[in-house]
Amino acid sequence: MNEYYVQNNIDLNAVPQTGRKNIKIRTVLPLLLAPIGIVLYIFLESGVNYIMYSMLGMDKNSHLTEAIRFFMFEVPKVLILLTFIVFIVGIIRSYFSPEKTRRALEGKPLLVGNIMASTLGIVTPFCTCSAIPLFLGFMESGIPLGVTFSFLVAAPMINEVALVLLFGLFGWQTAFLYASTGLIIAIFSGWIIGKLKVQRFVEEWVHEIKAGKLEIEERKTTFTERIQAGYVAVIEIVSKVWIYIVIGIGVGAGIHGYVPENFMASIMGKSAWWSIPLAVIIGVPMYSNAAGIIPVVQALLEKGASLGTTLAFMMSVIGLSLPEMIILKKVLKLPLIFIFVSVVAVGIMIVGYVFNLIY
Amino acid sequence: MLLEILGSGCAKCHKLEALTREAVHETGIEAHINHVTDIQSTMNYGVMATPALVVDGVVKVAGKLPAKDEIKKWISVGQPT
Repeated sequence: MNEYYVQNNIDLNAVPQTGRKNIKIRTVLPLLLAPIGIVLYIFLESGVNYIMYSMLGMDKNSHLTEAIRFFMFEVPKVLILLTFIVFIVGIIRSYFSPEKTRRALEGKPLLVGNIMASTLGIVTPFCTCSAIPLFLGFMESGIPLGVTFSFLVAAPMINEVALVLLFGLFGWQTAFLYASTGLIIAIFSGWIIGKLKVQRFVEEWVHEIKAGKLEIEERKTTFTERIQAGYVAVIEIVSKVWIYIVIGIGVGAGIHGYVPENFMASIMGKSAWWSIPLAVIIGVPMYSNAAGIIPVVQALLEKGASLGTTLAFMMSVIGLSLPEMIILKKVLKLPLIFIFVSVVAVGIMIVGYVFNLIY
Repeated sequence: MLLEILGSGCAKCHKLEALTREAVHETGIEAHINHVTDIQSTMNYGVMATPALVVDGVVKVAGKLPAKDEIKKWISVGQPT
């Protein structure tokens, strides 16, 4: 081990100059850009108003102005927020890993395990594409099926992109509601699946998999490296979702300016009891990321859709997705996939009805 | 030197393979690159997040894309310079 470090040190010096510069940029750039972002964010609304009304002299009451203003203001606002939050979350995530999460969950009883798995699902770095190795790893170390499901529900549903958009477009209350109800759904769907004794619906070969122990060199991660992790997360996520945000807010702006008030009330309003199951049935097979769907949903809400129905739609689009089910099909038999989707869908519907009742 | 990329066919996995090939090419080290998609081999290493890079049987990174310079660093350890 010692030898490794020594060699490592020598090699560090051998890294070409451009490489070292690159690493420096990754640390310094975020710190330089943060204040600029904050200033931009603060003056954004007055800036957009100034450009549109004073400089360009646009008509304040026209639908077109309203739609353009919405677009010009929301796109940079959400992008600044997103960059900032993804950066912070990237740093937070560098403290977690699937291995650490697995170790924390080992030997935990059902309900406690579900609560922990759901919470850890939010902060553990996870991509649907590695759902299989994660599932196998969890099974192998004896983590109950129900606890594993809690993780698999929470991880995609409660993500930083969804939270940023909800915060930016709806306010912190809605973001908080979404996160807490999502957490509750994850905890209880996992708990129920655990109680259902569905072990027999796991593919047989899963039990024969023998996992080795991961021996990654555990050297101390420096804080500079964590800042770099935040930088990498920003590049990775923002470069992927910005286009959806622009399109989503564009469509939202169109609805915002042109669709008549209360247009959605009869379809997605409170009085239409069937709107919640319908929203979930449409939402589950729909595959969009939070970035594309939330701006549209926000515009619908403004046109008379109710909060419960809107939340239910959003959760079923983001939380349950067809690609994830297809991936999980490798390790789970069809009945269990069906049970999994139904339990979560019912949870989402209950949340929808509760919110329609309260508000 | 044996370099294994553990992947599940994800976009990042292919990117890691490309990065590794570039790193090997640029450092001029002789290495055999193997893209493994078999789940049992992935699990043998205890890896729960793809993509992962294994250098001569040692997992160097899992679940994220390393910088090319990092890969260069890993593959040039123990190499005569």
